[in-house]
Amino acid sequence: MSNAPVNNGRRRFLTAATSVVGGVGVVGAAVPFIASWNPSAKAKAAGAPVEVNISKIATGQLIRAEYRGKPVYIVRRGKDIIDGLSGHDDLLRDPASEEAQQPSYATNPHRSINPEYLVAEGVCTHLGCAPTYQKGDFAEQVEGVDYGFFCPCHGSKFDMAGRVFAGVPAPLNLVVPEHSFPSEGTLLIGIGQGDA
Amino acid sequence: MKKIIIALLTLVPTLVLAAGGGAPLDHANNDITDKESLRNGAATYMNNCLGCHQLQYQRYNRTFTDLEIDEKEGIETLMFTGEKVGDHITNTMPEKEAAAFFGAAPPDLTLVTRFRSSDWLYTYLRSFYADSARPFGVNNAVFKDVGMPHVFQQLQGVQELTADAKAMLQSDKVRPLTSADLVLTQPGDLTPAEYDVVVRDLVNFLEYTGEPSKVERHRLGYWVLGFLVILFIFSYLLKKEYWRDVH
Amino acid sequence: MFANLMAWFDARLPVTDAWNKHLAQYPAPKNFNFWYFFGSLAMLVLVNQIVTGIWLTMNYEPSGDGAFASVEYIMRDVDYGWLLRYMHSTGASAFFIVVYLHMYRGLMYGSYQKPRELLWIFGMLIYLVLMAEAFMGYLLPWGNMSFWGAQVIISLFGAIPVIGDDLTTWIRGDYVISGATLNRFFALHVIALPLVLVILVFLHILALHEVGSNNPEGTNIKKKKGSVPEEEKSKFTFHKAYTDKYDIVDAIPFHPYYSVKDIMGVVGFLILFCWVMFFAPEGGGYFLEAPNFTPANGLKTPEHIVPVWYFGPFYTILRVIPDKLLGMLGMFAAIGMLFALPWFDRGTVKSFKFRSKWHLFNLVQFTICFIVLGVLGTMPASELANLIGRIATLGYFGFFIALWFYSKNEQTKPVPERVSK
Repeated sequence: MSNAPVNNGRRRFLTAATSVVGGVGVVGAAVPFIASWNPSAKAKAAGAPVEVNISKIATGQLIRAEYRGKPVYIVRRGKDIIDGLSGHDDLLRDPASEEAQQPSYATNPHRSINPEYLVAEGVCTHLGCAPTYQKGDFAEQVEGVDYGFFCPCHGSKFDMAGRVFAGVPAPLNLVVPEHSFPSEGTLLIGIGQGDA
Repeated sequence: MKKIIIALLTLVPTLVLAAGGGAPLDHANNDITDKESLRNGAATYMNNCLGCHQLQYQRYNRTFTDLEIDEKEGIETLMFTGEKVGDHITNTMPEKEAAAFFGAAPPDLTLVTRFRSSDWLYTYLRSFYADSARPFGVNNAVFKDVGMPHVFQQLQGVQELTADAKAMLQSDKVRPLTSADLVLTQPGDLTPAEYDVVVRDLVNFLEYTGEPSKVERHRLGYWVLGFLVILFIFSYLLKKEYWRDVH
Repeated sequence: MFANLMAWFDARLPVTDAWNKHLAQYPAPKNFNFWYFFGSLAMLVLVNQIVTGIWLTMNYEPSGDGAFASVEYIMRDVDYGWLLRYMHSTGASAFFIVVYLHMYRGLMYGSYQKPRELLWIFGMLIYLVLMAEAFMGYLLPWGNMSFWGAQVIISLFGAIPVIGDDLTTWIRGDYVISGATLNRFFALHVIALPLVLVILVFLHILALHEVGSNNPEGTNIKKKKGSVPEEEKSKFTFHKAYTDKYDIVDAIPFHPYYSVKDIMGVVGFLILFCWVMFFAPEGGGYFLEAPNFTPANGLKTPEHIVPVWYFGPFYTILRVIPDKLLGMLGMFAAIGMLFALPWFDRGTVKSFKFRSKWHLFNLVQFTICFIVLGVLGTMPASELANLIGRIATLGYFGFFIALWFYSKNEQTKPVPERVSK
């Protein structure tokens, strides 16, 4: 139609420029839609760190806390249990806790900050059942080990540091959540040692 | 066509003006970007208002973050009801008994400035006057026969209707009262100017709780509009370039 | 690679053909003016409402106990929830602004006349469904104005003789507006009506492309096949569906010419839209009404119950007729008149530019009456307002009656054969 020659270069440039700027706009407009799927303030408040009073736990006793909808086992390990942890490394799948199932400050033989307290999620790493604490009669599962966790669903076995025994369905050690001891007798689950 | 539009445009404002009404209000002139004022308002609220009026949609920790209050300090100085920092700002007043005592349950105030406006709230809190006919001995110029006592009487002092206003109410030409119909007869702990600042900060805080994202909304708005103007320039040039074909 | 892929699809679905027929080789009159932006803008707002609506349902709770709090939850606790909510609430008002202007365009340029009657009917159905959609959506925030607005409108049906009372109870699913009402409105608002809306929009566009777009002059760009000398025909390539039947003049392909123009229009619109959304989302109390910032309370009526602004004209007609049943009939008749517009207008000249002074006068008085009715609808009732409202109601209905009479033998100017340069 036009008598003047069509300036194709200019046309291509403007098409590209408008598309690029418009594309930026579309990406920008997508941000609120994507961001709205993050946990809301309500979910964050419900998932806030949990404080647990541990001053009254007897030696060898297990108490349960709830953090972000999951049970957390807290066991006060006596000297016999702590000493017993090193006796069965050859029976374990990951005795040195090489898999990142715990914060770095709990990557040690007892998998905790304070050897006296085990803090681990009571969620079997196989299919999510809650393992049972077998206090003193775990030997019926593993010969020579008196304390441990036994998962009733598919028979997975864990020792008193939450480490999984070899030859059971569960592939990994129990998860140790972020935790710290802000003061004597208080355990804080959800905030790691040195954070806060 | 233009004539029609002009004719319509001249018509609209007259009708809109006709729709206005209500007593004139004083201007709060508050500034929701003034964090110091917001913090003062929050302290005033927690100490004087929360006992009866909840902010049930607003969370403590959000408030601390937005007002730049250190969380530990906030927990110690602004939280009196033993809740967690992630909780809503609520009280434990039983609604039924409160309704029996005050005549109506004290309303939640999270959204009061969006419901009433900041100017209204600012005027209201400064417009209590002595009225022995009322259960708490006070009435309010912009909220006739309100059930709420004058919580800040100690600070503001006692106001009374002016002689002119009293005469007006007795006459047959009754108009709505305004704050100008009141005169301070017993000074309080604060001067009127100091009291206005306390109220302004409180209103400011409640405008914040009405819409905590307001500051963010304005900030984002400038960016979005700036971006759209740039995009408009490109799209205009593109349209012009293509339309050179059309004769 | 890409060509092969397209060929694979084209062998199975007429993708390229549909693209050409409806966009790249669709003949659109070259003289569209400002008023022709509003069709594409309505489409944009519809998409905005659907997408933000889907996202709002992700956090909204349709129950009498939870609805109000869940809106505040969206406004505060959900990341960018406030933005999604304002996009939706501002979009609702923007939708009506755009649709009213789009309809007014059709009125000015006679786009409802033969052969576009069905196109107009589809458009009116869209408008009707949109009003139902907006009315039900307005209940969902469960503020006090939501509650009382719904209360008043649903009570209208009580005016119907014999079945009225039972009908209102049936609509509410309760003896008052309650969670039951809220839940059914929610279901209709988020699923049923949007589905109907999308189907109607599809039919509206299909009907448009069958008869072709009108233009501000009301000239016909499709001439009888073989009647136009070659050098007079439009030089652009059009789809054979059109060129087989007609000689096309004064037309340009929709894409790229109107697509780039509409993009410009969209960006211009977004500037205004975002301005309101970011700096005045309450729209001066018209888009979000102050009484709606307090929860629904069946014992506490807001001072002035007024509908949202876009229902204003019809609400005024309802209110100024001093009989409940007649008022309701008047309100529905007002919408019915618009449906029947193609048959009220017995003329053949489309654009007001070439019609009589009578028609121009009639159009102007109708415009004024419609706006006056709208403004009155958002104001408290008074003697004066009722009087003005009655006059405007007469003007509203008078437009259609007068049109029917004078359009039969109207003194019109000759319509140019071709779009003027």
